[in-house]
Amino acid sequence: MNRRQLLKLGALPLATACGQLFALPRVPAKLLVVFLRGGYDATSLLVPVGSPFYYEARPNIAIPRPSADAGAALPLDADWGLHPSQRDTLLPLFAQGQAAFVPFCGTDDLTRSHFETQDGIELGQPLGGRRDFRSGFLNRLVGVLDGPRPIAFTDALPIVFRGDRDVPNMAMRSLGKSGVDRRQGEIIDAMYRRTALASQVTEGLGLREEVLQAMAPEMEAASRGAITTKGFELEAQRIATLLRDRFDIGFVDVGGWDTHVGQGGATGPLASRLDELGRGLAVIAREMGPRWSDTVVVVLSEFGRTFRENGNRGTDHGHGSVYWVLGGSVRGGRVAGDQVALTQANLFQNRDYPVQNEYRAVFAALLARMYGLDATRLDRVFPGVQAKDLGLV
Amino acid sequence: MLAAALMSGCAADPAAPAGAAASPAVSRQALQWLDRITWGADTASARELAALGQDRYLERQLHPLVASPDARPPAGAPPVAAPTRAAAVMQLEAQRRDADATTEDEPKKAARQRYQRALTRVANESASRSLLRDLHSPNQLQEQMTWFWFNHFNVFQYKRDLRAMVGDFEDTAIRPHALGRFRDLLLATMRHPAMLRYLDNEQNAVGRINENYARELMELHTLGVDGGYSQRDVQELARVLTGLGVNLTDRVPNVRATLKAQYVRDGLFEFNPTRHDFGDKELLGHVIRGRGLGEIEDVADLLSRQPATARFVSRKLAIYFVADDPPAALVERMAATFQGTDGDIAATLRTLFRSPELTASLGSKFKDPVHYVVSAVRVAYDGRTITNPAPMINWLNRLGAPLYGRLTPDGYPLTRAAWASAGQLAARFEIAKIIGSSNAGLFRIGADDPALPVETPQPGSSLYYEHAAHTLAPATEQALEAARSPQEWNTFLLASPEFMFR
Repeated sequence: MNRRQLLKLGALPLATACGQLFALPRVPAKLLVVFLRGGYDATSLLVPVGSPFYYEARPNIAIPRPSADAGAALPLDADWGLHPSQRDTLLPLFAQGQAAFVPFCGTDDLTRSHFETQDGIELGQPLGGRRDFRSGFLNRLVGVLDGPRPIAFTDALPIVFRGDRDVPNMAMRSLGKSGVDRRQGEIIDAMYRRTALASQVTEGLGLREEVLQAMAPEMEAASRGAITTKGFELEAQRIATLLRDRFDIGFVDVGGWDTHVGQGGATGPLASRLDELGRGLAVIAREMGPRWSDTVVVVLSEFGRTFRENGNRGTDHGHGSVYWVLGGSVRGGRVAGDQVALTQANLFQNRDYPVQNEYRAVFAALLARMYGLDATRLDRVFPGVQAKDLGLV
Repeated sequence: MLAAALMSGCAADPAAPAGAAASPAVSRQALQWLDRITWGADTASARELAALGQDRYLERQLHPLVASPDARPPAGAPPVAAPTRAAAVMQLEAQRRDADATTEDEPKKAARQRYQRALTRVANESASRSLLRDLHSPNQLQEQMTWFWFNHFNVFQYKRDLRAMVGDFEDTAIRPHALGRFRDLLLATMRHPAMLRYLDNEQNAVGRINENYARELMELHTLGVDGGYSQRDVQELARVLTGLGVNLTDRVPNVRATLKAQYVRDGLFEFNPTRHDFGDKELLGHVIRGRGLGEIEDVADLLSRQPATARFVSRKLAIYFVADDPPAALVERMAATFQGTDGDIAATLRTLFRSPELTASLGSKFKDPVHYVVSAVRVAYDGRTITNPAPMINWLNRLGAPLYGRLTPDGYPLTRAAWASAGQLAARFEIAKIIGSSNAGLFRIGADDPALPVETPQPGSSLYYEHAAHTLAPATEQALEAARSPQEWNTFLLASPEFMFR
C-alpha cells in the first residue's frame, strides 16, 4: 500500500473529526461526465413511443413501438421507450432505479454548430457575455470543493477542465509502457521547476506511473491471454478502476455521433454506437463496486438532432437533447424534468426538440445535492445560474 | 562542462557521421525565425538563410522554385509510392464490392480484411510521404502550410474509404494552392471527393437537402462562426451544393437529355445535374443565379472576398505562426493584405513574417505535436535522410495528433492551452527518450528490412545545440550535466522546456 492509499483510507474519519474541514464541502461523491461529441440522436435512445407524429416524421428510421419483437423499443412508460440495444445494459439500471433521463435538456445556444455549442457547454458561462476560454465548469467545480482529485481521460485537456486548478489528463485507449525511469523523471521534473509548465510536468510524470501501476493487474491478465475487451468498454473499465480507487471527478468524450446519413434504426451504425456506449456504462456501474452508491455519471451531448429524418435516412443538427444521469444513489427509473407532447406544433422552429431544462440549471441542482454546495459556490461554478432541482439524487 | 565531454565522446564514435560541418554564420534570432518558417531549424536551412539573407530566403519560401520532392526524392532515399489517383481508388472500391458480394462467411470476412488492410496501407503511404516532405523538402513553408490547410479543411481518414483519398486530397487540392490564392484552394477542396464524402455532400440533392457541408464551409472554412451568416444562408448554400458528389465507378448516371451537357466528371468528382437545384439562391444578400456547377465558382468568389473571411483566415494564420492570442493590429494588417490582393496567401504570409509582432514572439509559441515530433527528428538526425517515417506516425498517434486522424471538421487546436497538458508532456518525454536513444527504425528501407545497428543520434553536435547552448536555462544545463550517457543527454535535451517552444 502506498502513502496515497493510506491517506485516502484515513481521510473520512479525519474529516469528521476535524472541524475546520467542514468549511468546504467534502467530496464523498464521485462524478464522471461523459460527453457524446457530434450531437447524438437522442430521439433514437429515449424513443417517444407515445407520439404518433414521431412515426410520421421518421418513416424509415423510427424505432418500433414496444412489442415482443427484438427490434422494438423497450417500454419505460406510456410516452417513452428505450433503444433495443440497451436491453442488457441501461434497461436493468433503469429498472433498479439507478438511471434517469432528462429529455428536452440542453443549452439556449442556437448556432447549431458542434464546436460553438460544445465549447459553450464546457465553459458553462452565461450566454451572451464574452466567453472566457480559460475557465471550464468542471475546473470551477474542483475549485469550490475540498481537494477532490480530478482527471480527464483524454489526449488533450478538454475545455471543461481548463482553469485555475491543475487537472491532469491521460487517455485510456492505449497505455504504453513507461519509458522514462524514476531518476530520469526527477531530472526532467527539475528542468521545469521554475517554468510555467512545472505543475503539468509533475502531474504528468506522477500520473503516468500511478496509472500504469493501477493497470498492472489488467495488463498482466492480458499478457496471460485473458479475453480482453475493446473500444469504449475497455476504456470504461480502466476509467472505473481509476475513479474507484484514485480519482473523484472525471471526464471522457466519445465521438462518432454525427449521423447525417444512414443512421439506421434498431440496428445499424447508430445502434452499434449506442450498444458500445451502454456496455461501457454498465461496466462502470459494475466495476465501481461499493463506490457505485456514491457515484454519479452524467451523459450529455451538444445538441439533439432534427426530429424529422432527412433525405438520407439520417438526421441533421437540432437543439434539445436527452441527458442521462446514472448512479447507485440516483433517484432513477424515471424520465425527469419538464416535458412537452411531441407534436408538430411543439417542435422548436418546426424542426427540433425545444430546451425545457437548461443544462446549467439542472447540473447546478444536481451538484448542489451531491456536494452540499451553497448558492455562493454554485454561482462560482455556474455564474448567474438559477438552479432547477429535479431531485436526481 | 560534462555535456561537451559527452559530445566529443559521440563524435569519436566511428559509426557516427563526421562532426557537424562548419556552422553557418547566423544569429540566434535568425535561427529562431527559421524555427517558425520551417518545421525546425537544421544545418541546411541555416546555411541557405546565411547565403540568401532573410528577405530573399523568405521570398524563396513564399514562391518555391522547385516542386516539392515527390518526383525527386532526397539523395539516398528509396522512391516513395506515387500518389494514389482515381484509378487506384476505383480499384479498391471494386475490391470492396467483391467482398460484399461474397456469400460465404469466412471468405467474406477474409476479403473484407484484405480490403481494410489495403486501405490502411494506402493511408500509411500517404502519411509517410507527407512526413518525409516535412523532414526533407527545401520548401519548408509550403509543407507547413500544407499541414495547416489540411487541418483547416480537415477530413477524417476513417470515414468510409477516405484512407484511399487523403493523400490525393493533400497532393492535388491542398499543396498546389497552399501558397496561392485562397479562392483557388477553397474551390479545389469543394471539388474534391474526400471533402464531398466526408461532409456528406454526395448525399445532398434537390428536395433532399443535407446541410452538413454548407454549414462547415461558412463556419470553419471561410467566414467563421461569428461571420454574419444565418441558418437561411446555410440552407441556401446547401442548395448551391446540390449535385456535387463522388462516383467511384465507370458508370454514367441517367441524365435527362436537356441536362446532359451539364454533366461533369473529373476523376472521382461528379456533378450530376439531375440532383442539382437549378433555382436562384440568395446567399449573404447576393443572388446566385441557378446555372449548375458554375454556381460554386460564384460562391467561392463571394465567400473568399468577404471581410469576415479575410479576418478569420488571417487570425488563424497568426495563431499558428505567432501567438495563441495574436495581436489585433497584426491580424488587421494581414486581413488588409488578404483583401487587397484578392486572397493571396503568400502575400498575407509576407506581412506576417516581416512583422515586428512575429519577431517579438520568437521562442514563445508552444509546439503542437507535429512540430514537436518533426523538429525533434530534424535536430536528432540533422542532415541525414530518414527512409522510414513509420515510427513518427506512431508518435503522432500517441500525442493525440495523428495525420488525417482528426474526427471532426474543426481540425486540431493550435494553441498551448490544448496541448500543454500533463498527459501530453509525459508522453513527449517518452518519445524524447526513444528519439534520443536509438534510431527507432527511422532508417529502415521497407518493412522487412532488419533494423540497422543502434546508432546514437547527434543532437549534441547539431546546430541547434551550438546556438542554444549559451541560452539554455541553468536548470536545463544541470539536467544535461547529470546525464550518464549520450542517449540520456539527448533525451534531456529533447525533453527540455526550451525544446517545447518554437
